[in-house]
Amino acid sequence: MTIEQKRIISVLMENAPGGLSRVVGLFSQRGYNIDSLNVAPTNDTSLSRLTLTTRCDDLVIEQVTKQLNKLIDVVKVQDITEGSHIERELMMIKVRTRGDERSEVKRCADIFRGQIIDVGPNYYTVLVEGDAAKLDAFIEALAEMRVLEVVRSGVCGIARSDKALTL
Amino acid sequence: MAEMLSGGDILLKALKDTGVEMIFGYPGGSALHIYDAIFRQKDIKHILVRHEQGATHAADAYSRVTGEVGTVLVTSGPGATNAVTGIATAYMDSIPMVVISGQVMSHLIGADAFQETDMIGVSRPVVKHSFMAKSPEEIPEIIAKAYYLARTGRPGPVVVDIPKDVTAPHIKVVYKYPEKIEMRSYQPVKRGHAGQIKKAIKAILQAKRPVLYVGGGAVLGNASEQVRELAEILNFPVTNTLMGLGVIPGEDPRNMGMLGMHGTYEANMAMHHADLILCLGARFDDRTTNATAKYCPDATIVHVDIDPTSISKNVNAHIPIVGPLDSVAREMVNVFKATEKRPDTDALEQWWEQCHNWRAQHGLFTHPNHEPSKGSMIKPQDVIKMLYKVTNGDAIITSDVGQHQMFAAQYYHFNRPRQWLNSGGLGTMGYGLPAAMGAQFADRDATVACVTGEGSIQMCIQELSTCTQYHLPLKIINVNNQALGMVKQWQDMQYEGRYSESLYEESLPDFVKLAEAYGHVGMKITKWEELEEKMREAFAMTDRLVFMDIQVDPMEHVYPMQIAMGSMRDMWVNKTERT
Ligand SMILES: Cc1ncc(C[n+]2csc(CCOP(=O)(O)OP(=O)(O)O)c2C)c(N)n1
Ligand SMILES: [Mg+2]
Repeated sequence: MTIEQKRIISVLMENAPGGLSRVVGLFSQRGYNIDSLNVAPTNDTSLSRLTLTTRCDDLVIEQVTKQLNKLIDVVKVQDITEGSHIERELMMIKVRTRGDERSEVKRCADIFRGQIIDVGPNYYTVLVEGDAAKLDAFIEALAEMRVLEVVRSGVCGIARSDKALTL
Repeated sequence: MAEMLSGGDILLKALKDTGVEMIFGYPGGSALHIYDAIFRQKDIKHILVRHEQGATHAADAYSRVTGEVGTVLVTSGPGATNAVTGIATAYMDSIPMVVISGQVMSHLIGADAFQETDMIGVSRPVVKHSFMAKSPEEIPEIIAKAYYLARTGRPGPVVVDIPKDVTAPHIKVVYKYPEKIEMRSYQPVKRGHAGQIKKAIKAILQAKRPVLYVGGGAVLGNASEQVRELAEILNFPVTNTLMGLGVIPGEDPRNMGMLGMHGTYEANMAMHHADLILCLGARFDDRTTNATAKYCPDATIVHVDIDPTSISKNVNAHIPIVGPLDSVAREMVNVFKATEKRPDTDALEQWWEQCHNWRAQHGLFTHPNHEPSKGSMIKPQDVIKMLYKVTNGDAIITSDVGQHQMFAAQYYHFNRPRQWLNSGGLGTMGYGLPAAMGAQFADRDATVACVTGEGSIQMCIQELSTCTQYHLPLKIINVNNQALGMVKQWQDMQYEGRYSESLYEESLPDFVKLAEAYGHVGMKITKWEELEEKMREAFAMTDRLVFMDIQVDPMEHVYPMQIAMGSMRDMWVNKTERT
């Protein structure tokens, strides 16, 4: 029996219409989950780089990567969790802040190396960046506060080696 | 000066330059510019069907017989959605096909315009790929790519959606067909990994109880010759999937018959007891494996397939080989031609003896699982055996879905690939008749018979009219058991005979009159003693479509039948005996 693990999959694909819907469709069609997904053109604008995170066991991840590779628009697929890698996510979180709460939120943001990027009379918007676990921890740290809004970019990842996911 | 053409003319010219000779289609608003372009040319023949589902199945069968890509043309909205069942059917069986659908005008897309459907979206889960042409200039390259994708790698259907304004007659552009198709994101494998093939050879040499397990990939990959050679050199027992019938001749002594849910006793027993399974172009579909947890416990599995996703999807492959079957099988044959080394012959002899014993015990032909036919009791199995006899085993057989389909697969010996056409993966009732049309168009001299049921035939019966228009002398074998027989069999076996909505209550049409109404010959056959003569009479009418409505035993079941959740060897071999 293999165990479910978080996987970060990088996909390099043609920046063509309908490409994203084929990737998303594949996941729903075959019953795989997507925890997060982000996509944007690369330095070569004819290509898009897509990063998605999912939880699954070894057998399923093998199918997921094979199925992604089978999509005609997909150039390359890599499960970057297989090796050493860097993972980052961006979060903007808007918190109700009144009186003492303002200094409390500020302190928390400092601990997490966050920045306050917008201020109003009764709210702060904090920008935090890190791996997904760190962002989860930051939300946790604000558990006592009234969180108004959370926006997360989804995970971005890159392997730690001079090998690159390119054409 | 370069020739200026409209999008419609460009499409037809591009199709011609791709090598298309025949289109199966049905017109409508969004496709009318294209139909006008069809009117202006003579190179490509268009076949007007009676329902878009018929067009897709006919194109699919045309492809299965010729090995070329089938072509379909439909209009937007209902035309496109009617085609979806046929696209899905082709997708599940990996049939190369290009479906061109008209779309509403570009500026109306997204406006819920009249007859607008998002065809790219609707078809997405059942196509290999799809394109939308945004301008007439794009058409030749899209067409070239569509056919290239459809036929290479693991084949499959490709949809090309074309908004009406893109084919308009007044917008003319320069026609330019691409000299070469290159897609940096798509490079199908050309040959198997040498190291993996070596490993496979080693495993083959160690085998004591081997089975060669052949699937539809051997048909699609034109690897029949190589697979036959391999079977001969190795002298392994061979079994095949529903889709692999004909790769090894049905009458070859090494052929153990089809495996799986309704596979032969000997094939399923051999699989269960095998220590090596050499799988060539099959995908371990659930209808062939029974419970995967109990699947072939002693076997080392070598799996050769062109599609990596088919490998270790349902059943773990110990030695996977990704590659085209013709080349991989050829490499294996060459290895054995160059060496005297063979698997342990004594062990193989013992294994063969075991296989022969299984066959003697419960073989379809050695030990029939049904009573003989007599008087007004015609057994459906005997209908197929008679069909085989009357056609000298030479007809192209299409089939629908149900008991009649399984009987056809079990009792007609297919001696060549591309002789047996059926919807194996999707199990589409309604496939048989339009498929027979496609087969007849592909080979005007062939004898084409459609083995169907009174349920299935009514799903695309309108195509009898197409057969009239194009003088298609098909032979329809309606195995009439007065019921949705396969449904009824499951209700007998699993629902204590509660026939929920599987009977027609005297509502069946008079098929003889129905055939005659379309201008064909109808025959009703109710007695076993007259079956051969009537069938011969029908097949002697080589220029007429003959609809044979054959009344068969309504209580017959298909056996063997594997027992759900069991292993390969767990089967009912007849109504009262199980393994
Ligand atoms: C389009 C479609 N609808 C439903 C089914 C489910 N189904 C499988 S076999 C069968 C009965 C087929 O009846 P008939 O064509 O008379 O064949 P028989 O089993 O009686 O030989 C049905 C309803 C199917 N395969 N395809
Ligand atoms: Mg029936």
